[in-house]
Amino acid sequence: MFAYILNRVARAVLTLIIIVSLAFVILRMSGDPAIMILGPEAPPQAVEAFRKAWGLDQPIWVQYAKYFGAVIQGDLGNSMRDGRAALEVVWERVPLTLAITVPALLLNILIGLPAGVLAALFRNTAYDRLIMMVSVIGFTVPSFVMGLTLSLLLAVWLRLLPSGGSGTVAHAVLPVVTMGIIGAAVIARFTRSAMLEVLGQPYIRTASAKGVPWSQVITRHALANAAIPTMTIIGFMVGSLVAGAVVVESVFSWPGVGRLLVTAVANRDLAVVQVILLLIGFTMVAANLAVDLLYGWVDPRMRTKTATAGA
Amino acid sequence: MSTETLPSEQADAGGSVFSSKNVLRVFFEKWPLAVLLALSWIALLVIIVAFAPFIAPYDYLAISLTDRLAPPLFLGGGWAHPLGTDELGRDVLSRLLMSVRISIVIAFLSTLIAATLGVSLGFIAAYFRGKVEQLVLMLIDAQAAMPFMIIALAVLAFFGNSLMLFTILMGFYGWERIARIARGLALSANEQGYATAVRDIGASPWRIYGRHILPNIASTLIVSMTLNFPEVILLESGLSFLGLGVQPPLSSLGNMVGYGRDYIQSAPWIMLAPSVVIVLTTLAISIVGDWLRDLFDPTLS
Repeated sequence: MFAYILNRVARAVLTLIIIVSLAFVILRMSGDPAIMILGPEAPPQAVEAFRKAWGLDQPIWVQYAKYFGAVIQGDLGNSMRDGRAALEVVWERVPLTLAITVPALLLNILIGLPAGVLAALFRNTAYDRLIMMVSVIGFTVPSFVMGLTLSLLLAVWLRLLPSGGSGTVAHAVLPVVTMGIIGAAVIARFTRSAMLEVLGQPYIRTASAKGVPWSQVITRHALANAAIPTMTIIGFMVGSLVAGAVVVESVFSWPGVGRLLVTAVANRDLAVVQVILLLIGFTMVAANLAVDLLYGWVDPRMRTKTATAGA
Repeated sequence: MSTETLPSEQADAGGSVFSSKNVLRVFFEKWPLAVLLALSWIALLVIIVAFAPFIAPYDYLAISLTDRLAPPLFLGGGWAHPLGTDELGRDVLSRLLMSVRISIVIAFLSTLIAATLGVSLGFIAAYFRGKVEQLVLMLIDAQAAMPFMIIALAVLAFFGNSLMLFTILMGFYGWERIARIARGLALSANEQGYATAVRDIGASPWRIYGRHILPNIASTLIVSMTLNFPEVILLESGLSFLGLGVQPPLSSLGNMVGYGRDYIQSAPWIMLAPSVVIVLTTLAISIVGDWLRDLFDPTLS
């Protein structure tokens, strides 16, 4: 078990190093930041001064080493537009994004898991078809269409909720519901197929043949095994919380990290974009690590298999 | 689906007493109503893509300030503008047709790029094995680990935006799934008699993979391309909605929704028409994709 954890943590750290390095490569590949910020007609002295100020006149490996050292110390440069520390600019938006994504995630799981399990248990009944029909929404309705439709119905026509902005709980309802419905549809569909896969396995037949009550077969045998693929998709959703918020935050003018990313991309404020990329990368890696460790806990086979493979 | 319909069809053909009155039923079992509707919608889209400038009643850029925000037919408007007009008096129907054209063409080209990239890398992995295969698998994992929306936003931030770059960028969506499938299929094809036979005759790898293995696995690849298509449409319209995709004066379905959002109170039709088209299109292609998958390869589902 210890070898397994060590293996996973080492892989997570390696992935982080790759992400950080990749951000550096892309940042440098995208052209001369001095020209990009100051414009092509900037006087040469100004460009020179800019290069010196940002350390762009040094050899590339020196820049890389400096960059890496700075990232480890949490110094990710300043927003090239307003001069404040990019990390600070992003960090102050994080609570706002969490305020809508965490409730949305809970909603996803609370609706999606039971719906998927029930659909699998009542396969090919009207109930199953209804759930699957509703879950098609998650794959065919883009989140901005879903958000705007809800906004049109509940904010513009019925005037029950504000259509955008932040500040009160009422403002958070529409973004949370939009993300909640779409994510729940994805989880429901995934859980259903994971459950169906498990229910077709011989050990389920064996368990019910040896006289275990059906409810026990479901709770002790089926759910435990279906949990593994389902955890993967939920882990991915946790990791992509910020990514998922990009569109929805823009629809409802919610001033979180997602909306900041959109404006930073539009203004080509590379330092801020980079911090958000790293933030998303860190979240993905952390979520994957958590899922890997949970795997090892849920499924003893994973521990031994990966430990021997890694040795 | 097909596994259920095929036996009953054979039974009917085999001289069942019910065969004559079941013609309609057999037809709908083979061609489910949802699939027929989806195919008709796709046919309509193809016609629009081919002939949009000729069908469109107005120039999609023509501004007519006297006709600003005219309501569509279903909200009491006139036949002059069946889907109403936008904030600059441009005809929503004409804009919609042109947007469908742009969105579909981008999604189509991108899917082709993704398929080419995916199949090539998948085959390369299957042919060379060893370190090359490990590298391809690593690339696949890296691509799958990051939400594509974020990668796309980063690239657009770092490299700026042009229609060509944007289309190529969309072409990177989904290649990893196609590569994974292509590699798996090529590996198993290599084990089969026909691949060994042409190899023993002395055919070059190009010939083995291009002329023998590719045609044999084409149906599965087409299915995965079909399933990739609606996702590219969603991605493209999402980025365009954010104002970071297709740039004006060109218009895509996502752009129309994005601009229509500002008029959601006074003129919701600007945003509703393209939204409906996006949903119907992704739904139709997904239905056809699932149907093709069940038809060609029931094991995939």
